[in-house]
Amino acid sequence: MTRGKSRAMQANKPAKLQQKEYQAIAQRKKMKPPVLRNVVVAWVVGGLICVLGQAINQFFISRGFSSEDAGSPTVAVLILISSILTGLGVYDVLGQFAGAGSAVPVTGFANSVVSAALEFKREGLVLGVGAKMFSLAGPVIVYGTITAFIVGVIRALLR
Amino acid sequence: MGSYLTAFLVGGFICAVAQLLFDLTPLTPAHVLTLFVIIGGILSGLGLYEPLVKFAGAGATVPITSFGHQLVQGALREMETHGLIGVLAGIFDLSSAGITAAIIFGFFASLIFNPKG
Repeated sequence: MTRGKSRAMQANKPAKLQQKEYQAIAQRKKMKPPVLRNVVVAWVVGGLICVLGQAINQFFISRGFSSEDAGSPTVAVLILISSILTGLGVYDVLGQFAGAGSAVPVTGFANSVVSAALEFKREGLVLGVGAKMFSLAGPVIVYGTITAFIVGVIRALLR
Repeated sequence: MGSYLTAFLVGGFICAVAQLLFDLTPLTPAHVLTLFVIIGGILSGLGLYEPLVKFAGAGATVPITSFGHQLVQGALREMETHGLIGVLAGIFDLSSAGITAAIIFGFFASLIFNPKG
């Protein structure tokens, strides 16, 4: 009886050790993403999306928009492109590859809106698409607005 | 309003900084993007974002930091003419195209396409 118990405990010990080792390895893997690779890819992809934006911007300027007025149609075109690519499932593949390179440009903002709308489509047009569209992009709008309000009030008081 | 080279360098740099925060801090992408909008807004309020737009063009206007810049500039421009109430009225003046396009294209994309996976 005691022998059986001690044998069971002995058998148990290595299993626990293995589990600990496994957790340690898993932790190490989790703690060390390939940072250099990720940063280079984010820079290149993000940079190229901005170059595309610059090209669209130049196009609108060549069509007679002032350099300031060209900003709005440029953003709209980028959002249109991103919406279509998200609908086709292409932008999410790009996102897995490029990380922040595809998340930080305005195309990433559009991607978060479209993918949320698509994901919750089955919950209906009002409670799904309508209510959940900004479930990912919402914080950006809320805190951007709060920041603009605070900056605006400070500048108004300092005037 | 920037060249292709400065757009690539500055826009890429902003994305690279975000990637570093993704990888090296416990912040989620949502936290980092929110932080970037706030930083863009503060830089704009200090008058530092507009020179960056002049230098980098789309390299400064395409990243999400530009959204904070647009919100602040919209607020400040209306504030010039209408004072404090202008802050409320003007915040979405310049960012209107982005938000409107996201809602409209997002809505129609969700009608046309179905979720993948």
